[in-house]
This record gives sequence, structure tokens and C-alpha cells, in this order.
Amino acid sequence: MKPFVQHEGLVAPLDRANVDTDAIIPKQFLKSIKRTGFGPNLFDEWRYLDHGEPGMDNAKRPLNPDFVLNQPRYQGASILLARENFGCGSSREHAPWALVDYGFRVLIAPSFADIFYNNCFKNGLLPIVLPAEVVDQLFRETYATEGYRLRVDLPAQSVTTPSGEVFRFVVDAERKHRLLHGLDDIGITLQHVAAIRAYEQRRRQDAPWLFVNSAGVENS
Amino acid sequence: MPSRTLYDKLWDAHVVHVEPDGTTLLYIDRHLVHEVTSPQAFEGLKLAGRKPWRPDSILAVPDHNVPTADRDKGIADPISRLQVETLDANCREFRLTEFTMQDRRQGIVHVIGPEQGFTQPGMTIVCGDSHTSTHGAFAALAFGIGTSEVEHVLATQCLWQKKSKNMRIRVEGELGRGVTAKDLALAIIGRIGTAGGTGYAIEFAGSTIRNLSMEGRMTLCNMAIEAGARAGMVAVDDKTIEYLRGRPYAPQGAMWERAVEYWRTLVSDPDAAFDAEVEIDAATIEPQVTWGTSPEMVVPVTGRVPDPAGAPSAVKRADWERALNYMGLAPHTPITEIRVDKVFIGSCTNARIEDLRVAAAVVRGRKCAPNVKLAMVVPGSGLVKAQAEAEGLDRVFREAGFEWRDPGCSMCLAMNADRLEPGERCAATSNRNFEGRQGAGGRTHLVSPAMAAAAAVFGHFVDVRNLQ
Repeated sequence: MKPFVQHEGLVAPLDRANVDTDAIIPKQFLKSIKRTGFGPNLFDEWRYLDHGEPGMDNAKRPLNPDFVLNQPRYQGASILLARENFGCGSSREHAPWALVDYGFRVLIAPSFADIFYNNCFKNGLLPIVLPAEVVDQLFRETYATEGYRLRVDLPAQSVTTPSGEVFRFVVDAERKHRLLHGLDDIGITLQHVAAIRAYEQRRRQDAPWLFVNSAGVENS
Repeated sequence: MPSRTLYDKLWDAHVVHVEPDGTTLLYIDRHLVHEVTSPQAFEGLKLAGRKPWRPDSILAVPDHNVPTADRDKGIADPISRLQVETLDANCREFRLTEFTMQDRRQGIVHVIGPEQGFTQPGMTIVCGDSHTSTHGAFAALAFGIGTSEVEHVLATQCLWQKKSKNMRIRVEGELGRGVTAKDLALAIIGRIGTAGGTGYAIEFAGSTIRNLSMEGRMTLCNMAIEAGARAGMVAVDDKTIEYLRGRPYAPQGAMWERAVEYWRTLVSDPDAAFDAEVEIDAATIEPQVTWGTSPEMVVPVTGRVPDPAGAPSAVKRADWERALNYMGLAPHTPITEIRVDKVFIGSCTNARIEDLRVAAAVVRGRKCAPNVKLAMVVPGSGLVKAQAEAEGLDRVFREAGFEWRDPGCSMCLAMNADRLEPGERCAATSNRNFEGRQGAGGRTHLVSPAMAAAAAVFGHFVDVRNLQ
């Protein structure tokens, strides 16, 4: 995973609450067996005027000029400003894959859905929770100032506006550590193999039925 | 030991290791796998030269992409077919138990887990699917995960987790005639909102919950995620144990007795503390119908489409306006005047035998209304389908004009050929009314199986309580 330390980038405002993962990446694109290539279909139903299907040449599809990410001033945005409960619904990790593939590194919202929030950290995408009134202010400033950029500092847990105003955010120490160093969860877990084996041994004593299959045969 | 909630007990029993900030390595007992969220996980596993840690903890099934008609002809869409074949190949390579598309036990992953007794009390159960919360009906800690976590569980049998807070939703009293677990779930979401349970594990408790069948409890826990909670759960009682007795993967003989003894402890202690409590009076709940594009946009069937002018905030007002525009509805329209084009009875929320019985009872002796272009029943599993056919329910549906299909996720999310066309309006027993969920431009109204069946017969929503 790509480490995340600091990031400074253009902000795009997605001004609606309860943006679900079906909207972030519609189901027809979930048929892919790869992790990459979802960016062109991010927010597909809002972004294009036609119906998208896998395999289409997205460069030739008609764009919806009203959709925020299609507006010239937000081209190259890497920070997405959103409303409450962003990422609700399906657990599809294709949603953070699509956001990252598009070029987003940071999401800012008053709240995120739990599974989505968790999935972001597995992909080097930093979801930042700020109070609703702060998010409101950021929306106003983004609309008011073309080229509005924010600076995000993970070690300092801060978001800095162009005028120098600083907002602090909270992130779990362990998540922060892993994101800062781009650590692979499985690699970390495998340092605890002895503890996992010990747990299993204890559990086999206390609850042996958890380790027995339908034929009553003990499994490895 | 201090008093603990059911969730506390399930959590404590699975702790392998704790980091200083409380991040916990949690042991996973059961891993359900389907074709959509697993291919990249298996690929990652293989690229790292790893193997599944505990193959016997895994049950795999293709459900999202499978056709619900002419299954013997295979999957027409080559991309869908490749995804299902990839699951088959991965299961063969690692010798995992899979109910393939041709297996009579195949079905929606959240229907077959309990049906097989693979889901049991006291377990941690995960699946790359948000509706894994369904299995919490068995006093299991069950939650949806992303694909990175699917790979993590395959590789290590564990997951890194931060403990959620405890919420109890206590429902007391009797549900009225024609009011079901689905109506209760929708009413709860309408009350606390789609983010009301975010950061919590929800325990559903109270006399109403105890009176629900296991099917009803599964419907309720299934939609905990629609209230924002990754996990919903119900304490063990006699119904839980009786449901599991004799199921293929349930413990047998002396092991069964030992398991039951443990399962009986899986209830919240009487004085356990919850971080949040919600009280609901069952008698106040009417059949529910969603009118918008989020499950919290819901009213009783006796109600009307709300007016955005009355929304509680500017953000909500904009949301409501957008939703009404998408849904093609005007404020103040009585719910019973909304006409439907299609009816979908199915999904991991409402495709179990009890759901089909309730819907068939409404349909029996009646015909689908002429304006209903398609009404379909998609049983949750091959075994549910067989049971329904043994009871003659398929004939009831067919004689009324319904299509009787093969099991799968089908039009809940329209990854297969079953979908809404732009502008089509559907009464659906599924769980999400998001924009485009059932097909681009499709308009979904979430309802119970009885309400969906009634909408098929009358061509518009009706209050099932008024039917004879």
C-alpha cells in the first residue's frame, strides 16, 4: 500500500448526503476480477449521460456537464468534500478502488459509513471526519474560490485552508501508523502467528464443535 | 466479571491480540465467500504464495451473477460467467466447499448459511457483503467486509477491528395483523436514520423480537446495515436452538449438547450497560413503504409522500427534492395511489420460506393487475424453492401471473439479467432503494413480501391489513 504522509490538492465538492457505494461504482462494473481500472466509471450514472457498461470506451461517452467532477474548475481534484454518511450501503471495496484510481487521496465529510471508512485505509485513501459546521465552511470556501486547495498532514492530524486556518481531526493510532508507513495488514498479522495458534488450541478445548464439520470429522 | 452485553461476550471470546490503542486482532470462525468480492482476494493470496488458513471455515457460493431462468444454458454475459468460473476455479484449487450454480443447495449466501446450520450462535462470521449482518439473528457476531479483509481472513483467519459501541433497540408488544419484521426494520430505519447505527453493534431485544420467527429475526438483522450498523444481533432462545437442530452443518450428538449449553449463555446480562437505547412500541407500527432513494425515506402505507418544504434541514431538503425528482413523485401523493410496473419478491432480506408463504397467501386466487409488466418470485435458495414447490406455492404464484425463478440475488442489485428499465417503478422486498440499484433509472419502493404481493395484484400499493 502507498504510504500517506502529507497531501496538498485541489478540492471538489460533492454536495449530497448519504452517497452510497452503488452510486460511487455501479454494480455492472463489479463483474471485473481486477483491482484496477475503476476510475473512469467512478460515479458513472451521475457522470455520463448514457448508460455505462464494462468494455465501453469511456472517452467517447457523453459527459453530464452538470456533474461536479465534469466542471473544468475541478479537473485534477484529489480531495473530495462530501456530506454525512458518505459510502453507505454495499461493502464493495471497488468504491475506494474507483476513488483512488480516479485520483482522490483524501475524503472529507461529517461522517462515513463504517465498512467504507475501513476499506479506505486498506487502499491509502484517507477519510477525514470534521464537524458538520466545518464541512459547511469548506463547502462555502470551495464554491467561492476557484482553485481552492487544502493541505492535509497526517502526522499532525490537521487540515489547513489557503488562509492558514487549521482544523484538527481524529484518527486511530494504529490506522495512522499503518497508513503513514504503507504497512500491509497481513504482514503485520503474520507476526502474531503464535498467538493465533494458541487461540485456536484454547478454543478447540472450550468449543470443539467450531472445528468439527458435518460428518463429525475433525478438521486440520 | 462485570455485566456484559451479548456483543461484549461475542467480542471477548474472539480476541487474539490487542494493540495499545485498542485495535484488536479478532479470530473469525466462519467465512462465507461469493463471486463478486473474492476474485481479487484470491489473486492477492496467490501472488503472495499463501493458502487459506482454515479451509473448513469457508463456504462459497455464486449468487450475485447467476441467472434465475434457463440456468442449464449457463451464463450468457461473458464477464459474469468469468467471475463465477473464477470462484469455481479458486474453490477447486484450494479445496473449499462450494455450492456451485448447479447444486440444489445453491442460493443467496445469507440464506444458505443459516439453512445449512453453517451459521451458529457464538461465532464470528464474515463475508465480503454488507448484508452479513443477517447471521446476527443467531446471536453471532456477523458483519460485512471489503475485499482486502476477505484476503486477510483467508490468509490469517483473523481481522483487525476496533470494537463498536453497544446499542439496544427494544421492541415491546404485538405487531398488528399484516405487519411483519420487514415493516419493523423499515420503521426503525425511518426513526433512527441510515446513519443512526453507525459505530454501533445493535442488539434487537424485547417481547416483539422474541415473538419473531428466526426468518423474521434474519430480516431484521439483515437491515441493521441499512441503519448504519455493521452488525445486528438477537440473543439465543429456544427458537434459535430448534431452528439449528439437525441442520447439515450443525453439531451432532454429544457435541450438540455441549454447544447448546454454551449457546444458552449468549444473552446480554440483565444489568448490562448499553451506550444507546431505543424503545419502540410494536403496536404503533404500520406496513411501511419507502418513497425515496434511501431506506430512511419511508412512511406508513396510510401516509403520503412528504413535502421537502417540511424537511428538518437544508441538506435533507435538497436530498428529498432530488429523491422525489428521481422517483417521479409529487409531494402529498397518497402512498396507495402510487402505481407499480414490476414486483420483485426475493433477496437476502425476504426470500425465505416464511416470506414466500406470506406472499402466496395474499396472491392466492387473485391475478396480477394488467399494469404490472412483470412480477417475479426469486426464492432465496434451491432448498427454499423445493420446499415452496412441495407446498404448492409455485402454482399459486404462477396462476396469478408471477414468474417463478431460480435462486440468486437477482433484481435486488441487478447484476444478472433481471433489472428495471429507466423510469420503471418496482415494489421490492429487497433492502436498498438507492438510485440505479435495481437498474439504471429504476425506481424502487421497499416493502414487505405481503405488501409486494398486494401491489402486484392491485397494480398500486394497498394496505394489506384491509385484505381478506
